[in-house]
Parts: sequence; structure tokens; C-alpha cells
Amino acid sequence: MTAPTPALLKGATGDWELIIGLEVHAQVTSNSKLFSGASTEFGAEPNTQVSLIDAGFPGMLPVINGFVVEQAVRTGLGLNAQINLRSVFDRKNYFYPDLPAGYQISQYKQPIVGEGIVTVDLPDGSVREVGIERLHLEQDAGKSLHDQHPKLTYVDLNRAGVALMEIVSKPDLRSGEEAGAYVKKLRAILRYLGTCDGNMEQGSLRCDVNVSVRKPGAALGTRCEIKNVNSVRFLQQAVDFESRRQIEELEAGRAIKQETRLYDANTGETRTMRSKEEAHDYRYFPDPDLLPLELTPDYVARIKATLPELPDAKRARLESDLAIAPYQARVLVMEKESADYFEAFVAAVQKRTGKAPQDIGQDCANVVVTELFGALNKDSKSIESSPISPTALAGLQALKMDGTVSGPTAKKVFEEMYATGKDASAIVEEKGLKQVSDSGALEAMVDKVIADNPKQVEQYRGGKETVITFFVGQLMKLSRGTANPAMVTELLKKKLAK
Amino acid sequence: MTSLTDLTLADARDGLRAKKFSAAELARAHVDAMIAARPLNAFITETPVIAKAMADESDKRIARGDARPLEGLPLAIKDLFCTKGVRTTAASHILEPFVPTYESTVTQKLWDAGAVMLGKVNLDEFAMGSSNETSYFGPVENPWRKPGDNRSRVPGGSSGGSAAAVSARFALAATGTDTGGSIRQPAAFCGIVGIKPTYGRCSRWGIVAFASSLDQAGPMTRTVKDAAIMLRSMCGFDPKDSTSVDMAVPDFEKALTGNIKGLKVGIPEEYRIDGMPKEIESIWTKGAEWLKAAGAILKPVKLPLTKYALPTYYIVAPAECSSNLARYDGVRFGLREKGEDLTAMYEGTRGAGFGREVRRRILIGTYVLSAGYYDAYYLKAQRVRALIAADFANAFKEVDVLLAPTAPSSAFARGEKTADPIAMYLNDVFTVPASLAGLPGISVPAGLSADGLPLGLQLIGRAYDEETVLRTAGVLEQAAQFTARPQTWWKQ
Repeated sequence: MTAPTPALLKGATGDWELIIGLEVHAQVTSNSKLFSGASTEFGAEPNTQVSLIDAGFPGMLPVINGFVVEQAVRTGLGLNAQINLRSVFDRKNYFYPDLPAGYQISQYKQPIVGEGIVTVDLPDGSVREVGIERLHLEQDAGKSLHDQHPKLTYVDLNRAGVALMEIVSKPDLRSGEEAGAYVKKLRAILRYLGTCDGNMEQGSLRCDVNVSVRKPGAALGTRCEIKNVNSVRFLQQAVDFESRRQIEELEAGRAIKQETRLYDANTGETRTMRSKEEAHDYRYFPDPDLLPLELTPDYVARIKATLPELPDAKRARLESDLAIAPYQARVLVMEKESADYFEAFVAAVQKRTGKAPQDIGQDCANVVVTELFGALNKDSKSIESSPISPTALAGLQALKMDGTVSGPTAKKVFEEMYATGKDASAIVEEKGLKQVSDSGALEAMVDKVIADNPKQVEQYRGGKETVITFFVGQLMKLSRGTANPAMVTELLKKKLAK
Repeated sequence: MTSLTDLTLADARDGLRAKKFSAAELARAHVDAMIAARPLNAFITETPVIAKAMADESDKRIARGDARPLEGLPLAIKDLFCTKGVRTTAASHILEPFVPTYESTVTQKLWDAGAVMLGKVNLDEFAMGSSNETSYFGPVENPWRKPGDNRSRVPGGSSGGSAAAVSARFALAATGTDTGGSIRQPAAFCGIVGIKPTYGRCSRWGIVAFASSLDQAGPMTRTVKDAAIMLRSMCGFDPKDSTSVDMAVPDFEKALTGNIKGLKVGIPEEYRIDGMPKEIESIWTKGAEWLKAAGAILKPVKLPLTKYALPTYYIVAPAECSSNLARYDGVRFGLREKGEDLTAMYEGTRGAGFGREVRRRILIGTYVLSAGYYDAYYLKAQRVRALIAADFANAFKEVDVLLAPTAPSSAFARGEKTADPIAMYLNDVFTVPASLAGLPGISVPAGLSADGLPLGLQLIGRAYDEETVLRTAGVLEQAAQFTARPQTWWKQ
């Protein structure tokens, strides 16, 4: 693994190094909230998914949701992290109308998950290990709606009490691009684990970003925390803006003030939200309504035994067992759904052709990454809404492999399948696209092409052998792509040699 | 026949089953007494209609031989227990209009056992106080007065309304809650029995929280047997309270064998504090002699950290309360004062809604949890608390139960300590240590002071050993023969 190679930023006074750490808030996939039985479903009418506990009524007490604990442990294991067998819930006290109890139950000094590691794939193909500082469980707050009434604020408590995992990275990231890659990787892992749906638009995954700059090798600079960053694109923008702002400040001889800043997606800028002096004193203390959370090694082992294959392991397997090139393997595992699609596709091809995985893997990868992803991207479609199912695509792949259709024809059939959802063999049948491998029929066509192009024949015979591709092209045209290209080349060579 | 309101809970239970009188008659007698006793200001909300309906239901059950353990027995409920459809105020202006849509686990268990609700009784605001003078609904009068002296005495607190109602015989028994002595001290001041069970025995679900790690519900009754009967119906594991214990509930009544031969009773020397009135010391000595006479073995024990209990308590309890009371913000329920902006609304609501003592404790609690002070106050207090619990654990290696006074004085006059919070807090000096350690403690009336006011003795037991506490209390009660009762001056 490579050590952080700082992507230095140029300033008027020389190079600057950018130091970034992320706090990712991931909503735990769970039917009910962290400490109450209320539903967590997104998009319900305001205040319809609120229990008396969530609304902070007198005498109400929190009771931990066992499934959420399991999800947090599962996530910790997926991040190669230390699982703390004893963790403690604390109260973080502050007043706000969307925080009904006047405190958020969180884990402060003793989180459920300790240090871990995420392997991040950088756009240049290199990988970087990013340290995880901790993961803790906490309640989400409700939502204050300021736009419903000219003078009043409305409060929706549906989200109040929903379980979040706060995943804190070490300050190991060195550019906005790296930060983006880290979030993408983290999101993929959570989705593979089934512990967070990773839906950034619905707020299931939100980032706070800590940014500071320093001269290479110097001590860490003062950091600013940027709140409200809810897409990978915004994350990169926010980091870019903030780092440039800090460099300008420092180069103008001003100091960076430690503060919380807000990212404005409309302008791409960050602005002061509150200074360190205005920071809340949260008066954390252990929540006396909850006992410390005690787990047994057995419990952790049981969860570990049920962990699914994660992106890195899957990628390694695709490379070793299916002989797929690293670039494609990486693309295939990025999204759980894509990987699932690909594996179903390979299995179906294997079933139809009886071939070994390592013999078909790379071809299958080419089809999915180039053809299918290409088409889906063009239409901004997700893999789940692909018009071609893995089995249907396997039908086409089998036709290609047994020589029924040529490579170029297969591309055409693919386009037809994508547009109409029809079966590959039906399209081939309908349009007469079966590859012609009958040497008699091919010979006649070869003779015609040779007869029609005396000039090129002369060139070829004069030693310009590359002209052969011209003849192949003519022949494919003549056969409307159905001619078996290998046989055609063979025949042409034979006849032209005469 | 004695008047229905003079019966003990046990006798009333037996009388109902023997059909000597009906539950309706019993309820009516108590409702009448409750109305007659309004000058005591014990009730915040009277519920005679509910009492009647519940009593009628009980009569039907008794008629078909289907009586439950507390069938038809009229109780007063401290207004800290949320009661479905019945206003629950915690004696605070901020909750004055609050009507819960839910029933606390403990009161639900009592209703499920057949008990009848007379109403919601007064207390110190949010259970913060030792004299019942901090209630928004005005102070409760102690039914006891110094003979020949018309000045009001405090009933103790915070369960002062409960104690007054039981002592003055307009409830057979009452629920109380005890955070630092709020059951035991008013029981002592009003000449009744009050037990705080081990922390975790009773569910806290639906009880307005004061200090979560200390709050515990318990019964307040006129006899030890009544306490045993009622406690059994109040206890039990509740999955809705993570701090409630999953343990079988013993038949506490059966523990009252009267036999304490060979029982080792510890006398904690550190409870002999400077300036303790002679009469407290002498009732304590008397209590020890009674137990010895009944066959117990007396042993002096050391609880060296006793003197730190009070300051520890007055850090831990306010810290928790400052957080627990943050939810009273005017946003969702209770009082809301209009304000120009959010901060003004918060300040207006909480400033108007909370009384002086509650505000004082919120401020203390906020202070001790603040950055820079947390380690010196809250964290240190938690450590001392653990050491105090260890002190008790050591003592209980040598003895089975501890005997001590309940309070350092008899009921004081109204207004006597309101100007001096420290003097008021000192009232909890004997009750707070067991609270911090989560141990069961009971107060039993043991005699009268020179002023003719009740004095209580306290027994503290091992965790979950309420049975030994109750058995020993039964022996004390037997020996003390406390038959004095307050004069019914409020009826004149």
C-alpha cells in the first residue's frame, strides 16, 4: 500500500498540503428506530412515525434496538475494525425544537467500534489505506421546516430517533478527489453489508468534512469543519473551495479560525456557521436510562460468520478465478447491484456453454462493462432498470461463443435487445443474422469482391498486405455482417495469393 | 366497627373479601375524607368519579369471587406517575395542562391488581425538595402539629402529599417515589411506613423523571404488612425500562415472620453526626435495643464515606435533572410562553414554568456537567458514589441489615428552612447514602419527639433483599407500638 503522496496545491508562497478527515453519518438500515419501535420508512407524512419516546414525553425511556446493534457490529467488521465489547451511550445536551428530549443519545467516550481500515481505490488506479478512527451509534434529530409558514417553523419528528452510525476517518485524505473516492468506497461497503442504503439524496448518507492546510512536512494547521455536504460532487467542490480559501487567508498573513462552516450547494462556497467561541458545550454524560452495552465474543463471531463477500474480496476473486483485468474487476464491484448482475450473467453463460469461468470471465466482463454499462450510462439508467436481464444477455453471449453470430453482429443484436427487450435468438432468427460459415457461400462472395476490386487486388499482390482489411470490410458489407470473419480472411488470403 | 378509613390496607382487603362492606362504600368513605381534608392541600387532582367506577368494578369482581390482590383498595397516587386521561403535573406550572395518553407501568400494575384511584397527590415540584414547599400548587400541611401549637408543620418531601394522605387517613395507602429520601423522610415526618425498594425493582416507565439513576417508586402505608402487600404489586421486570431488573418478585407478606433471631444488625457509627438532636439519638438506641431483645445481634459497622454522600448526591441528582428537564421546552406539550424568537420562547417558558428550587438544581446540574468542570464535579461524584456502594457492600459482609435514623429531626415548621437550601438539603443526610448505592430502605414510625411529632427509624438492606428489611421492620413496628395519630384539626 502506498503512503499518502500529497497532491500539493500551488499557492503564491509555494506548495501547500491538504489534510482532510471525514465524519460520515450513515442511517442504519432497520425497520425501527434506535430506541423506539417507530417506523423509519422514508417519505411518510410529517409526524406519523413518532412514538412517545421519540417525542420526548415525560416518563418515556429508551430501549436499545438489538438489530441496530447487530448492524453496527456488522459494519465494524466490514471496516476491518476493532469491535468494543463494552460501549456506553451518552447524552449530548443542547436545545433545539427538532431535538425533543433536549439531548441526543450518542456514544462519546466509548464507541461500539474502534479503529479500522478502508482500502480506497484512487482514480489513477492506485490504492490507499484510509484509517477509521471510530464508529458510534447515535440518534438522528427531527427536521425543522422553515419554509412552510412566513413566521413559524414547523417540526417533523419522523426522523427523530432514527439510528445513525457516525463513521469518523483519520485525517488521511489529501485531496477532494481522494475524499470522494473514500466516500464512494465506504458507501459500497455499507451497501454490500446491507447496513445502510447509501442514498445520499434521501439523506441516508451525509458528510461533515474537516479541512486544514499546511506547508509540506509542517505541523497540522487549524481545521474547519464543513457541514451539510450531501453528495460526492459537493464534497469535492467544498474541499476545493475551502482549501483555496484557507491558503488565501494564510498567504495574506491571516490566521485560520477554528470554526464550523456551512457548504452552500448553490454557490459551491462555504461560509461561517459558528465560531469556536460560539460552539455548544454539549455537557456529555453517560445516559442513566441505559445500561452500558455489553457484547460477547461469541455474538461478534456469529455476526462475522454471516458477513457477505465485500468489494475488495470480490474484486480479488474476479481477477484470480475469472481472469478478469484489474480495471474491469474494479468497475464491476463498485456497486453491489452491478456485481450481482455480473455474477448472475457469468453463471448463466457457464450453464449454457459448459465452459470454465476463467475462459469466459474476461469476455463477459467486456460485454457488461463496455456494452451494457455504456448503454445504461448514456440513458442515465441504473443496473436495476436494465432492459436486458443477466439470463437474456447470457443467451446472446452463448450465440456469440458458439459462432452463431459474429462479434459485430452480436453488437447489433445487443442494441436491438436493449431497445426492445426481445430475446437474442428471436432477433437473430427474425433478421437473418446467423453467421455464414458455409465455405461454398463464402467462396462465391469472396470471388465477387475480388472481381469487383481489381485495383486493390493489384496493391495486395504488389506487397501491400494490409489491404486485406479492405476486402474483409467489403465482404462483411456484402454479407450484412453475417460472414464468419475468420473464415473470410482465410479464404481471401488463399484466393489473393493465386 | 372502626371507621372504614381507619382500616389498614390488609384489614380492608380482608373485610372486602369477607363482604363486611363493599368497595363502593370503602371508596365513598375515602372520597368523603379526602374532601374533608382539603385544608391539607394533599391532592392536586381528585378523581372521585374514577374511584367510583373502579370500586364498582371491584364489587362485581368480588361478587363473582374473582378478587385480585388489591381489589377495591383506594390509593392516592403521587402526581409524578403518568395516568392515562388524568392530568399529571409533577407539581409544576410547566406541566399544569398536561394530560398523558399513557399509564405508568407501576400504576398500571396497581390497577391490574384491582386498586382504586382516589386522585393525584401533591409533591415538591418535580420531586425536588424535602418539605413539599416547592410545589406550584402550594405546600402540603403535615396532619401532625405540635400539641398546643397551631403552626403548620411540613409533611416532608418530596412525597409529602402521599404521606399526609395516608397519615390523615384519607387514603389507605399511596405511591411515592424516592430519589434521595422522598419516600422515607416524609414517612418519618408523618408517622407512617415508607419503603424504597432496590433500584431496578420498580419500573420507572411513565414516572416523570427527576434523576434517572436514583428514582425509584415505592409504597407508603400505615403498617409494614401493608407496605409488603402493596410493594409486591408494584414490582416486576419491565422491558420498557432498561434499568429494571429481571428477577422474580417474592411474596413480601410471607417474609413478615416476626423472627429475627440471630440476625446481624449493623449500627453505622458515621450516622452519629454532630449536632444530632438527643431525641433522635435516643430513639435510635431504643430501636437497637428492641431488635436485640427480639434476638438480633447488634454490631457497630463502619461506613467511612458517609459524610461525602450528601455532596455527591447534590452533584449527581442535579446533573441528571438538568438533562431530564430539558424536554420541558414549550414545543410539544405543557406550558408555552410566547416569545419573539426561539430563545425568548424557551426562556419565557422555562422561566415561568419552573419554580426557584427546580431552576436552582438545573443550574447546579448544568454547571457540574460543563466543560472544564465535569471532571472535578460529576466524574468525581460518580467515583465517590462507587466507593459509597463499596462501603455498603463491605458492611453487608458482616451484617444483614443496617439500622439508622431516617431524618435528623422531626417535621420542621413551614418556612423554617426555605431561605437556606443547604439546611434543607441536610435533611436528606441519612437517606441519601442508600439511594446512591441503590439499596432498599424503609422508614418505620418509632415514637414521638418531645414536641409530640413522629420520629422514624430506617432500615437499609442488601440489594434485592427487601424481605429482610421488611421482616426486621415488622419487628421494630411490633416493639414500637406506635399508635399515636394526628388530631383531625382540619375537620373543625
